[in-house]
Amino acid sequence: MSILSKKSKVALTDPMLGNNPISVQVLGICSALAVTVKMETAIVMTLAVIFVLTMSNTIVSLLRNFIPNRVRIIVMLAVIASLVILTDQILKAYVYDISKQLSVFVGLIITNCIVMGRAEAFATKNSVGQSFLDGFGNALGYGIYLLAVSFFRELFGSGTVLNFQVIPDSFYAGGYENVGLFVLSPGAFIILGLIIWFQSTITKFEED
Amino acid sequence: MLEHYLSLATKSIFVENILLSYFLGMCSFLAISKKVETSIGLGLAVVFVLTITAPVNWALHHFFLREGALAWAGFPAVNLSYLNFIAFIAVIAAMVQLVEMVMDRFLPTLYINLGIFLPLIAVNCAILGGSLFLVERQYTLSESAVFGFGSGIGFFLAIASMAAIRHKLRYSDVPKGLRGLGITMLLTGLLSMAFMAFSGIDL
Repeated sequence: MSILSKKSKVALTDPMLGNNPISVQVLGICSALAVTVKMETAIVMTLAVIFVLTMSNTIVSLLRNFIPNRVRIIVMLAVIASLVILTDQILKAYVYDISKQLSVFVGLIITNCIVMGRAEAFATKNSVGQSFLDGFGNALGYGIYLLAVSFFRELFGSGTVLNFQVIPDSFYAGGYENVGLFVLSPGAFIILGLIIWFQSTITKFEED
Repeated sequence: MLEHYLSLATKSIFVENILLSYFLGMCSFLAISKKVETSIGLGLAVVFVLTITAPVNWALHHFFLREGALAWAGFPAVNLSYLNFIAFIAVIAAMVQLVEMVMDRFLPTLYINLGIFLPLIAVNCAILGGSLFLVERQYTLSESAVFGFGSGIGFFLAIASMAAIRHKLRYSDVPKGLRGLGITMLLTGLLSMAFMAFSGIDL
């Protein structure tokens, strides 16, 4: 990582654990939970968010000296909404089945606080390169959580990982059953709660 | 006919609660539910805005954006549905502004009580989510009005009860790493399980 200056490195790696958008900044939880029943949808959602977040951060940063302060929110919304429309069209064209499963949640990236939050908090004040890295890092930090939650939900809820069966048939024959609760919404909340517990124990992060 | 709307309302309030089963509006839910009074304020504002934006966005989609909707203007082959997202978010932002002005003029006390929450609602996922759901599920105009109102009430109930629980939580001994967001997520899980007990109710 020696090509990157120290500040750039911080912008990229900090959001992954210490300042994670989901567990510490508490941004973008809406979609983090809804698309995590299967890992497949979670991966596609992560890719979509990486694209939208890096692009929106870069564009907002490029425009930061031209946007009058009073209308910046509406300009950001327009930038983000256009990027999301682009993503949605691409998903519909190339992975139609998954885009059906993601249903309204691709559209909801627009109101995903993480995109707006990073544009407002970082991209309006920093250079283009920094903003690009910050967007990428935050999207990855978001993706890590998405993948972790979906891994556990799919493993316990359906007995599969990425649609491959991992729990052997002999278990089922011995009376093991998939835990239906994990497929339903309470499972997502509880798993995320436990993961946050685990993470904050490691990083010693404490909220008031 | 009335039964159909009643059952849609119960469904959107309890069984398919927009917050607890579709996870929409989580950001403000987690940030605001620390205090009971502010939660009630935000909840009321959401009910208000959702009830108005759902039918308006339905009309926009039905008369302008869906495939073949522009037949009345002589463009039967035009499909503008890819503009849904940007049109909806513009309508929501404009409606929030309008509601703010009307309230300021006619209901000043409520306006002062809601304070900062009204403008914040423009970026609440629950509002945009409600509009996107009614397109996807192909509701009619009156159905979308009922759905918008029901979802708003559902959000209100969830955030108010969560605020009450967190209020009590201040006096309990929560494990160290779990304090704050962790315990709130676990509690939301339990709350959502409680709301799921309503599934199967059909009026």
